[in-house]
Amino acid sequence: MRLSLKVEPRLETSRLLGLMIPVLSLVSALAMGAVFLHFMGVSPAKAYSTIVRASLGDAYGISETIVKAIPLTMVAIAVMLAFTMLIWNIGCEGQIFMGAIAAAAAVRYCFVDNRLVMFAIMFVLSGIAGGVWAAIAGFFRAKWNVNEIITTLMLNYVAINFFNYFIYGPWRDPTSLGFPMTPLFPDTARLTCYCGTRVHAGLILALLLPLVFWVVLRFTRWGYEIRVMGENPKAAGFAGMSYVKNVVLVMFISGAIAGVAGMCELSGLQGRLQAGFSGGYGYTAIIVAWLARLHPVGIILVSFLLGVLLVGSETLQIVMRLPVSSMLVLQGLILFFVLGGEFFRKFRIRIVTGGGHRASPEALKEGE
Amino acid sequence: MRRFGWLLVLVLGFTMCGAAYAAFPPIPAEEINPGFVYIGPIGDGGWTFMHEKGRLEMEEKYPGVKSVFVESIPESHDAARVFETMIRNGSKVIFGTTFGYMDFILEVANKYPDVIFMHCSGYKDAPNMGTYFGRMYQARYLSGLVAGKMTKNNKIGFVGAHPIPEVIRGINSFTRGVRRANPDAEVQVIWIFSWLDPAKEKEAAKALIDSGVDVLAMHADTGATPQAAEEAGVYVVGYNNDMSAYAPTKHLTAPIWDWGMVYKETIGQVIDGTWAPKHIWYGLKEGMVGLAPYGKDVPDSVKELVEEEKARIVSGEWDVFYGPVKDQSGEVRVPEGSAMTDAEMLSMNWFVEGVKGELPQ
Repeated sequence: MRLSLKVEPRLETSRLLGLMIPVLSLVSALAMGAVFLHFMGVSPAKAYSTIVRASLGDAYGISETIVKAIPLTMVAIAVMLAFTMLIWNIGCEGQIFMGAIAAAAAVRYCFVDNRLVMFAIMFVLSGIAGGVWAAIAGFFRAKWNVNEIITTLMLNYVAINFFNYFIYGPWRDPTSLGFPMTPLFPDTARLTCYCGTRVHAGLILALLLPLVFWVVLRFTRWGYEIRVMGENPKAAGFAGMSYVKNVVLVMFISGAIAGVAGMCELSGLQGRLQAGFSGGYGYTAIIVAWLARLHPVGIILVSFLLGVLLVGSETLQIVMRLPVSSMLVLQGLILFFVLGGEFFRKFRIRIVTGGGHRASPEALKEGE
Repeated sequence: MRRFGWLLVLVLGFTMCGAAYAAFPPIPAEEINPGFVYIGPIGDGGWTFMHEKGRLEMEEKYPGVKSVFVESIPESHDAARVFETMIRNGSKVIFGTTFGYMDFILEVANKYPDVIFMHCSGYKDAPNMGTYFGRMYQARYLSGLVAGKMTKNNKIGFVGAHPIPEVIRGINSFTRGVRRANPDAEVQVIWIFSWLDPAKEKEAAKALIDSGVDVLAMHADTGATPQAAEEAGVYVVGYNNDMSAYAPTKHLTAPIWDWGMVYKETIGQVIDGTWAPKHIWYGLKEGMVGLAPYGKDVPDSVKELVEEEKARIVSGEWDVFYGPVKDQSGEVRVPEGSAMTDAEMLSMNWFVEGVKGELPQ
């Protein structure tokens, strides 16, 4: 008798399995990580408890985890929206930068000494800047079928160079001794921070946006159209939905959200444009969106967990004196296992007993 | 920029010799737990590698002191969290090793007045925040002498990280050295707008080599430029540390740092209770900057020239930006008989004669 493994697509995934797979993936990743930590010469239990204690153990840790989760959530929503329509917006990083530039321009050229009005102006301008930046790629894609992965990615570099132009050139702070940064924003142009922590008003947007888009995608006609166009653009076209209009619109909204996220980072935390402004949120958010399987509410959860990991791993370096590369290995393991687990959601592995020689020629052909 | 010149001098003058701060009470060695925050990984083979070396030297001198470090922290608000996390885990002294941390150090310093902060290469201070840097321009000048003597076609390339005063000062002093040794040579600059991007650094180096330079110099954090130089067979002047490992046959020398000097001094003062914030800017004389060992192709006559010039600087008889200094357009910026002040050097924002390249305006 022969034993063999057969991989087959699942016709449907049960709810229980859908919940179990990410949990099991996480547990196996942590188990692998434990082996790794053991060989690094530290106690895995102590290392993991340090991560959790640092990021969730006290008010400070939780506040910093939230600070990390805010931009991740917002940008992941932007990514999710485009991805739902199978438009690959890889350009959120550039849209974040454009939003930040627009916010800085708002502070520079239309400063109003009222926090709410100032916030509204920055919000609108950064949204438009990020949105237009993304819509350019969207338009090319819809009109001439130009691959948006390439255009959005390339526009990132253009945006970063724009950013450099302003901080090295016309907006450079004259009192900065020639260092590339704009003057510090006045207080009214800073977002409110809560309870003496660095958690800023962006939190409200980060909680609101996922809910809004969950409702829109699930319960509105437009949301339905986007989903249909994502799955079958041709059918959508026959049904009278305008592909061009919707691609540009979706890209605009996606970019606008990323732009506003950039504004929140700038006005809530950084306080001025300076080199090294974004920590690569535009790219990390892609991972977040995938891990959350493009579910708006799942994105909040995943962003928060990623925040835990990022904040906790810094503390791990300090307390257990581990090098940064070991933190990257841990983070990589978790991503690898969780994304790998997706395979088992879509496919199942069956143990087939018995010899292949008894199978009919048709079955053999299918098996190939 | 020029009309703000007086303002810069004023601001600097105020920060450099302004308010005298009181000394801190002593802290026992076991309780200091100094925290080092690095912009790159300790294996970058350059900037962060040298800071880490300094940290280890400090620990060797003060075995009771147990320091911690965190690598690869970008110049963004993330840095503030790392400082604060270190303090919450017992650090009483924090070293931030890159310019971009400045505002975040100040922010956390105001929040924790009992913790001592040392910021590398910045200009802001506080009752509990000092700065440290070195007169790297002096060592760069010496390395320029070597490059000027070694070039055959008088074309020298320079890979620059960011167009900020620190790097501009470095390029200018290097070029002053080059021109002193060889009045016909020119230095072509390419900016990569990043401290730590080996791929970009290498591309820039290759572009310069393709344009025909036969000696390269660099101001960035890694060993990518020497690597490119070795592959293409052109001479190279490294930076930060002895980079001959990256270019075994083509490495001429490198202007190098001794950060351990500052780290040992600071921790010693903290233990003694004599630490007070100041702006450290040590040079060749104190030994905080110097030259790496010469490559085998550097002739003795060049080494002698370097020694002569070094003696002039160390004795205080002369310094790199003593007049006359002309800018790119040939206009005399520093007349004969006068010299640039520290404040002017720290805010330097123009190229000297002999540099080919542009500054973003």
